Amino acid sequence: MIELTIDNKKVWVEEGTTILKAARNAGVEIPTLCHFELCGMGIESKPGGCRICVVEVEGRRTLAPSCMTEAQHGMVIHTHNTRVLNARTTVLKLIISDHPLDCLVCAKSGQCELQNLAVQFGIRSQPYEGEQSRYRKDTSPSIIRNMDKCIMCRRCEMMCNEVQTVGALAAVNRGFMSVVAPAFEMNLEDSPCTYCGQCVSVCPTGALTEADHTNEVIRALSDPAKTVVVQTAPAVRAALGEEFGLPPGTLVTGKMATALRELGFDYVFDTDFSADLTIMEEGTELLQRLQRHLAGDPDVRLPILTSCCPGWVNFFEHNFPDLLDVPSTAKSPQQMFGAIAKSYFAEKIGVSRKDMIVVSIMPCLAKKYECQRNEFKVDGNPDVDYSISTRELAAFIKQANIDFLNLPDGDFDDPLGESSGAAVIFGNTGGVIEAACRTAYELYTGKTLEKVDFHVLRGMEGIRSATVDFDGLQLNIGIAHGLGNARKLLDEVKAGKSHYHAIEIMACPGGCIGGGGQPFHHGNSEILNKRVAAIYTEDKRKEIRKSHENPSIVRLYGEYLGKPGSHKAHSLLHTEYFPKSNEVWLMSQ
Amino acid sequence: MSRYKIHLLVCGGTGCHSSESNLVYEMLRDELERKGLEKDVQVIRTGCFGFCEKGPILKILPDNTFYTQVKPSDAKEIIDEHIIKGRRVYRLLYTDPETEEHVPDSKQMDFYKKQLRIALRNCGTIDPENIDESIARDAYQALGKALTEYTPSETIDLIKRSGLRGRGGAGFPTGLKWEIAAKNNADRKYVVCNADEGDPGAFMDRSILEGDPHSVLEAMAICGYCIGATKGLIYIRAEYPLAIKRLKIAIAQAQEYGLLGEHILGADFSFDVTLRYGAGAFVCGEETALIHSMEGKRGEPSNKPPFPAQSGYLGKPTNVNNVETLANIPAIILKGAEWFSSIGTERSKGTKVFALAGKINNVGLIEVPMGITLREIIYEIGGGVKNGKKFKAVQTGGPSGGCLTEKHLDTPIDYESLTAAGSMMGSGGMIVLDEDDCMVSVAKFYLGFIVDESCGKCAPCRIGNKRLHETLGKITAGKGTQDDIEKLRNLGSVIKDASLCGLGQTSPNPVLSTLDNFMEEYLEHVHDKKCRSGRCRDLLYYVISKEDCIGCMACKRVCPTHAISGEKKEAHVINQDVCIKCGACMEKCQFDAISLMNDYPRVSATAAQTITES
Repeated sequence: MIELTIDNKKVWVEEGTTILKAARNAGVEIPTLCHFELCGMGIESKPGGCRICVVEVEGRRTLAPSCMTEAQHGMVIHTHNTRVLNARTTVLKLIISDHPLDCLVCAKSGQCELQNLAVQFGIRSQPYEGEQSRYRKDTSPSIIRNMDKCIMCRRCEMMCNEVQTVGALAAVNRGFMSVVAPAFEMNLEDSPCTYCGQCVSVCPTGALTEADHTNEVIRALSDPAKTVVVQTAPAVRAALGEEFGLPPGTLVTGKMATALRELGFDYVFDTDFSADLTIMEEGTELLQRLQRHLAGDPDVRLPILTSCCPGWVNFFEHNFPDLLDVPSTAKSPQQMFGAIAKSYFAEKIGVSRKDMIVVSIMPCLAKKYECQRNEFKVDGNPDVDYSISTRELAAFIKQANIDFLNLPDGDFDDPLGESSGAAVIFGNTGGVIEAACRTAYELYTGKTLEKVDFHVLRGMEGIRSATVDFDGLQLNIGIAHGLGNARKLLDEVKAGKSHYHAIEIMACPGGCIGGGGQPFHHGNSEILNKRVAAIYTEDKRKEIRKSHENPSIVRLYGEYLGKPGSHKAHSLLHTEYFPKSNEVWLMSQ
Repeated sequence: MSRYKIHLLVCGGTGCHSSESNLVYEMLRDELERKGLEKDVQVIRTGCFGFCEKGPILKILPDNTFYTQVKPSDAKEIIDEHIIKGRRVYRLLYTDPETEEHVPDSKQMDFYKKQLRIALRNCGTIDPENIDESIARDAYQALGKALTEYTPSETIDLIKRSGLRGRGGAGFPTGLKWEIAAKNNADRKYVVCNADEGDPGAFMDRSILEGDPHSVLEAMAICGYCIGATKGLIYIRAEYPLAIKRLKIAIAQAQEYGLLGEHILGADFSFDVTLRYGAGAFVCGEETALIHSMEGKRGEPSNKPPFPAQSGYLGKPTNVNNVETLANIPAIILKGAEWFSSIGTERSKGTKVFALAGKINNVGLIEVPMGITLREIIYEIGGGVKNGKKFKAVQTGGPSGGCLTEKHLDTPIDYESLTAAGSMMGSGGMIVLDEDDCMVSVAKFYLGFIVDESCGKCAPCRIGNKRLHETLGKITAGKGTQDDIEKLRNLGSVIKDASLCGLGQTSPNPVLSTLDNFMEEYLEHVHDKKCRSGRCRDLLYYVISKEDCIGCMACKRVCPTHAISGEKKEAHVINQDVCIKCGACMEKCQFDAISLMNDYPRVSATAAQTITES
């Protein structure tokens, strides 16, 4: 322990603690802007660029950035004397002087960390007017980049490179025109971006936002000729309440269903239904590959990798084009839902494909890209028309003047609204593989699984491995969340060193509950933990906890698909993957 | 060298090279061959003599004749007259600007009299592309001495005792730096030579590398021996092709002689050097930015600690020294710490190389003992201000330095006193300004450089310097207010206080030092809309002389903005608020009645009335 003085208070901290943390331990709040930390997940960004957190250290010539200066024994620190406050205010005014002051119409208004600081500092004038750095706006299917609002905090860069190892974003240009952008300032769409949206989830301002499709949804809802069907992903119900002031981890499944109905959706369904369907297909594929492997078939490739996460699919298409036959061919739950809604269900209610609009509510931004992929279209008509995020849904509900907090609980419609507990946990890291185990165990052993909770598969460590006993068969399972962790497991697979039979991967830290379309956590990892707990609570509450016991699923196979893996199931519920080049093609001018 | 009777030393530095010194060299050789003298007279292409103002330079040994501005066509005359007939070519001799007399012997030139060349000891003396000439001048002897007579810690101790401090700008004690790197244990360590010289007008490091590359290689090997590194890297700007070429030759020759590579001089010490090219970003002269650039990352600095000596290139302990610092090392080891520390002032030992530029007679490269005054440099070595103009200021320390005035001329030059005077040693740029220079424009020029060269990582430097530059632009355009002056002060002090690296922490110095020393010029720009030097075009005014104007109306007709009023045959007046300063009126006037003034013409009440009515 070392002793130092912060604002005349004696403080004792561990050696290696930053001044910022030492001050916070002592109850002294130092404002920060570029600094970002997701505690307990090993995610931290502190480039020391914004200089908002500077403090005076006696004996030091210049002010010290508290976020990255280690506390030393005997240090005497002043966190809010005139010198420090003047520097902070001046720097903040400088940052604001290079920021478009269009807060009234900014997507980030109310959630913007720069705006919050301006309020906190009581900025009332702008003495440093001058040129502003302007950049081309970049629109992709999932993410909008408006770098006029970039403050060079570099959080997105850290997320994209260090956490996700995607490498789509880095600082380019110099001086006043410095900005975070894809190489050569190409469009995000032409870069190796996976649309995981983690850059958006950490951006302090409105520089990175989701491509907002709410208006398209409103247009569909107001068209009387259209039957509009909505599906909501598992992780949405565990986070949507935060947007209405409810404590993190509050489940709002019932209120959400009512709100969607009030918004005018004709059928309110659940992606959980198709998550159960995914388990039927993916679980069957796993068992088939496993059985062939055990029988000594040299052509079968193991491990099998989950394929529910579109950010992850993009990632391996870009980075592991030689491993495209490793992931399961099962479509993601969003796309399975769309395929079934526009075939089985449309036929059932006698609506033609073109008159049906399928909307998905997702915690994810990559889903926006996924639903636009060509292989998920029939004659140009997409299985899922629009995907909007949890945040967009919350804004839509507010816009429609719905008193969300006082809504009565509603139910999902039949038949695509019924689901098992196994489907709900798709929202958490480890959840897909746990759901798969619940079904695969029973299918493989023919025995009833008594204890459905696989605690070994749960947790928040970036890479986890566990062995599950399938009645004597020891199944090695790997789990990774965050694409950087996924890359490590994939490198093992590529090198032929992987000992896993099955690997679950989710692109976002924590899984879908930490998706790029979820309410902003502002670095509070406790929020993620509470969402995870809420998801497991929802699972526990369900009467049916195994996908293959979902009666609607059983009926779907009976009436329409035949068996899992059947020809019809294959044509509707499976897909293929395409290699994507990471090479940069410079257009000759 | 002994078999030759006469040596012709042609400067092969970049400056002379661009003025065709290469052709001079060729022509001299051709001429000698034609005359059959090539066995008696040797022509050598050397490094920089420093006297760049009068290049290309040709020095003849043994009589020390110093020819200036030699053209290729002079070769025949030089050979015929000087070499064959023994008569100096007087028209090519250096002429003392004061006595207007030819100076036949370079030792008598004021430019050299007060210089003391340690780092530049071999520049202009040897052929840098021939290792034998370097060895004849004791190259690698210091390395041999260190390897055979001293332990690493004894060598470090010697450097510490010499009092050598970093010549790159910050002045950190070199021996201490080595000691820290030596004490950090690691499986691998690196010695990095910072040759990313970037100050406008500065070429100290380039000249050393072009003129005496072995001194740097030798010093790097000595450093490697001291700190326990086997690998050296020279980070050099790709814009220095000649220095790169000569370094490559030097490295290859040193490897061939076993002076680099495995088991140097038979000792249990191996060391090799490779080159890394910088793309010319000024900030990459900052050591952490330099290291990031070498690692293939964006060239931007990071917070210190960790210092490179703890975690540098590829995370390993790394010692980064500037070229000039390294060039001093062999001399210190050979001549001893006491010799070196006897030169200079109490806290700044040895010599410093400066690049003299601006409004000074002898533009060039000089090396002087610490403690010399600015006056001695400017008036004795530099030969005074050009064209007899009045001295106004000297800008030292490059873009991060400040402007010193008449009152600082007798300050002895060392790290502390320059900082105390509001400037800094920097890497050694020294630019003399005269009465024709506008100090606000000078500050604006340097800020413009900083705005271009800021890496953009931290907000105060990225945005603050841009705003400083814009505000200076406003003032030079005559649109400044008193508020702007206050703004410059506050912004300047916050940028210094809150920026991440040395670049940002010193970038406002040109503004702050001119505010301190030339406040009256700022006030004139702001309140009187006047630039006394006439540099700020927006503060010049077209004025019609009442006496000379005959009222021909030619100017009135040509004025595109109808700024001119006046009746026929009466004196005309220009409305300054409307005038766009295109100069069309002045061009049209047949009677020289229109002139440019740098005082805002205060219009009389009646004239103002006329202007308003028109």
